[in-house]
Amino acid sequence: MIQAHCWTVNGRRRRAVRPRGASLLAVCLVIASSITAFATEIPPLVRNAEQERIRVIAKAKATAVCIFARGGHGGGSGVLISPDGFALTNYHVVKPAGNYMKCGMDDGKLYDAVLVGLDPTGDVALIKLLGRNDFPHAILTDSNRVCSGDWCFAVGNPFLLATDFHPTVTYGIVSGVHRYQPPAGTLLEYTDCIQTDASINPGNSGGPLFNAAGDLIGVNGRGSFEKRGRVNVGVGYAISSNQLRNFLGYLKSGRIVDHATLGATVATSDDGRVVVSNILDSSNAYRRGLRYGDEIVAFSGRPISSVNEFKNVLGIYPRGWNVSLKYRRDGQDFTIVVRLMGVHSRRELLSKIQGPTAEKPEPSPKKPKPNQPDAPKRQPRPAPQIPLPQPLPPEVTKLVQPREGYANYFFNQENQKRIWAATVQHGDFSKSKGQWLFSGVLTAGGNFQIALEDSRILAQFPSGPAVVDTTLDLDQQTDPEGSGGLLAALHLWRRLLTLGPDEFGEMFYLGTAPTPSQPGLFDVLVGTYNVVQETRFLFETTSGKLVGMEMALNDDIDRCDIMFSKFKAYKGLQIPHKIDVRHGNQQFATIEVSNFEIKTPTAKKP
Amino acid sequence: MSRRFALALFGPHARSSEPTAVALPAMLLLSYLWVPSDLPADDSYAQTISAVQPKMVKIYGAGGIRGLEAYQSGLIISDQGHVLTVWSYVLDTEDVVVVLNDGRRFQSQLIGADPRLGIAILRIELTETPYFTRQASAEPEPGDRILAFSNLYGVATGNEPASVLHGTIAARTQLAARRGAFKTTYKGPVFILDAMTNNPGAAGGALTDRQGNLIGLLGKELRNAENEIWLNYAIPIAVLANSIDDLIAGRTPSQAGNADRQKPAQALNPTLLGFVLIPDVLDKTPAFVDNVRKGSVAEKMQLQPDDLILFANERIASTCKQLVEELSFIDRIDPVTLTIQRGQNLIDITLQVP
Repeated sequence: MIQAHCWTVNGRRRRAVRPRGASLLAVCLVIASSITAFATEIPPLVRNAEQERIRVIAKAKATAVCIFARGGHGGGSGVLISPDGFALTNYHVVKPAGNYMKCGMDDGKLYDAVLVGLDPTGDVALIKLLGRNDFPHAILTDSNRVCSGDWCFAVGNPFLLATDFHPTVTYGIVSGVHRYQPPAGTLLEYTDCIQTDASINPGNSGGPLFNAAGDLIGVNGRGSFEKRGRVNVGVGYAISSNQLRNFLGYLKSGRIVDHATLGATVATSDDGRVVVSNILDSSNAYRRGLRYGDEIVAFSGRPISSVNEFKNVLGIYPRGWNVSLKYRRDGQDFTIVVRLMGVHSRRELLSKIQGPTAEKPEPSPKKPKPNQPDAPKRQPRPAPQIPLPQPLPPEVTKLVQPREGYANYFFNQENQKRIWAATVQHGDFSKSKGQWLFSGVLTAGGNFQIALEDSRILAQFPSGPAVVDTTLDLDQQTDPEGSGGLLAALHLWRRLLTLGPDEFGEMFYLGTAPTPSQPGLFDVLVGTYNVVQETRFLFETTSGKLVGMEMALNDDIDRCDIMFSKFKAYKGLQIPHKIDVRHGNQQFATIEVSNFEIKTPTAKKP
Repeated sequence: MSRRFALALFGPHARSSEPTAVALPAMLLLSYLWVPSDLPADDSYAQTISAVQPKMVKIYGAGGIRGLEAYQSGLIISDQGHVLTVWSYVLDTEDVVVVLNDGRRFQSQLIGADPRLGIAILRIELTETPYFTRQASAEPEPGDRILAFSNLYGVATGNEPASVLHGTIAARTQLAARRGAFKTTYKGPVFILDAMTNNPGAAGGALTDRQGNLIGLLGKELRNAENEIWLNYAIPIAVLANSIDDLIAGRTPSQAGNADRQKPAQALNPTLLGFVLIPDVLDKTPAFVDNVRKGSVAEKMQLQPDDLILFANERIASTCKQLVEELSFIDRIDPVTLTIQRGQNLIDITLQVP
């Protein structure tokens, strides 16, 4: 006899079947055998795979961040990428939040976070969660290895559902790679992005897109919606991890960073080639030889057969990076290395983002931009009302330093201090203000001598004498000829080493960037002194050693690029004994130093 | 082994992936010995997709105003350059461009259409290219994994590959079961999908099984008039097969040439039949009825203003020029059957001048 019976669980009535009397045993046996049969139908392979999937998702989910803007309205998602709390998200997510936000994580805890850096053109922001040095974090993997059809999953805070801070996981496949989605104006451009059919909804913005192994392949931020309303229609876009990796070093500088342009536009010709349709004669590309009508064959090593492909390559690099470009003219191929210009002037960028570092963020998000799945207009559930002390908590206040042109100047200053603290480990030059004397040979042949003093630089090269008067404007003192201003550069090098970044002149931390002649990334301090247009000092990221310089005396002349190597100790100071000098991407000289000494300071002339 | 593992991990458990009786013990043993820590890179649909993509095309034609996108999707179904797509306003121009997966562009020729199924066959000057075969395979069922290839939202241009969505067949049903809710002339069986295939530009895309075999054609955008929900659906390729074969083989009169036809001394024309078409101002002005003369045979047979004439005696006559031309081959004493679209219905009306 089996009777239907109802009972309640948590106040809900459920219908079930309740066995009675002697039939109980039979029913149990039937159920047990059914369970056994069911279990044997699922191969352990599948069950193990399921366990593996659970493990991967749990590991990945722990790195996701649910961002809530101040005031309890608006927000989005993010993903931690380092144990000390750096997390990536979208610019359009943090814009309404300002420089401080609350972040919930899968551990059920709520963390304070501050804004670090902004990339408005690429719709990326870097924030830093506070309070731990052992945050679970995701690994940025190579997005060029992602293929259409790969399994992937998104983690985030769709519809701001994560009121308990536990993020939502949606899975799908990669629908397309190397997609181009045009900007709104010149901001929020998605280049070389990953398209997925994993559900990307309002609130998912800034959250991670993982591959099936749980490695980070992108940051979700956009979808195609149009007439479908602002909910997922199977077409979401993620900023690629490779683009994020290129910008990460810049974002950590606390700056508002810009994207790059070639200084030339391209178009598809009637016969399907991608050709230069316009070019600025002030651009580095023009200086390297690129002209109107040239066919673009490859850009940064990637073959170019469409304008979108060109824009995809351009969009993943920050302003000022050097990228190889292969072009064809009259059937002949030329390969050049081009320094990319900024898309915006500093003023333009600032005016476009309209004060992202404002102390008081908006209480609710502005009307979202089209295609941006950020905080929903109509929230199905109220966002948590987080009580926010005014002003900012003290532990947060000390990490926030507004300054024009910066997302958060605090981080720029911290990096300057960090780099200089490491640099002086290789020698404290502050007491070495005398005459620096170098002598030796050029590998191309001939001897040289250089004497660096505060007020002048004297040198003798095989080509003849060279001199720089440092009391005058330096921007036209290009000696020795063909170097782009080697002596002026060495003067600035000595100035930095002896005075330090605080007294050098105006100085800021650019971030990590590559240099054309060496592999890897370098910490870069950018200094402005005298009327020299710009001087970049390159430091090894691991040791802090000052290993290079890139100096542009003025707009009309190519830079003088210097790499220092073969360091040897001189009275506790690490002195380079090999100096490679390049100008306009051509080798100017390799200097082998055989003798170095510092003479006591020369008395100042009356 | 790793392939199977990955299929089990994230993906398809279709009937065909179940282990055979022989393989099962070996798999059980191996699975105990080896649990990988992560997934190899090749464990995805990538291989299937890369094999399908060369068979997909992007189609550009009329449109571009008032939410009518000037593009749709298509797929290559022969080694003679035949492209299957949906029959839509995008094809209402002489200048329909087909762009292949590798970026090559072709002017296409509309060689036939079946308005009841809502499909059209284009042809481009192309041979020796991968194409979808329509070999008989097991009838797809609800629960089967699918991939949907299309150029939704026009995301892909030039040599960029089509977008791919994944999902399962949620149901197989008759579209006509929701008569009145969906504005469509097609009433036959459809696969209802849980993938978001109903997007601008997706119509004419390919629905494949997880091996990349063609199982359906993504239908035109369709929204339930009552609840405004967009329907994700595809028309089973089996339903279209005969019509496709006929269109390609030229067995339907719709696309046969006029070379062997002779015009009668006194032919039919709209005036004789008692209706007026809208002014012919475009290359391909759709053959909409503007007016029906009182007391005419057209009025008697209930032809109405705003009816869209698609066929005359089963030959395509969907533009004003085509209709007038077609009528000019019919003797005035003979009957003509006009296939018209009125709202979402296709209706045949036979007219004969008394």
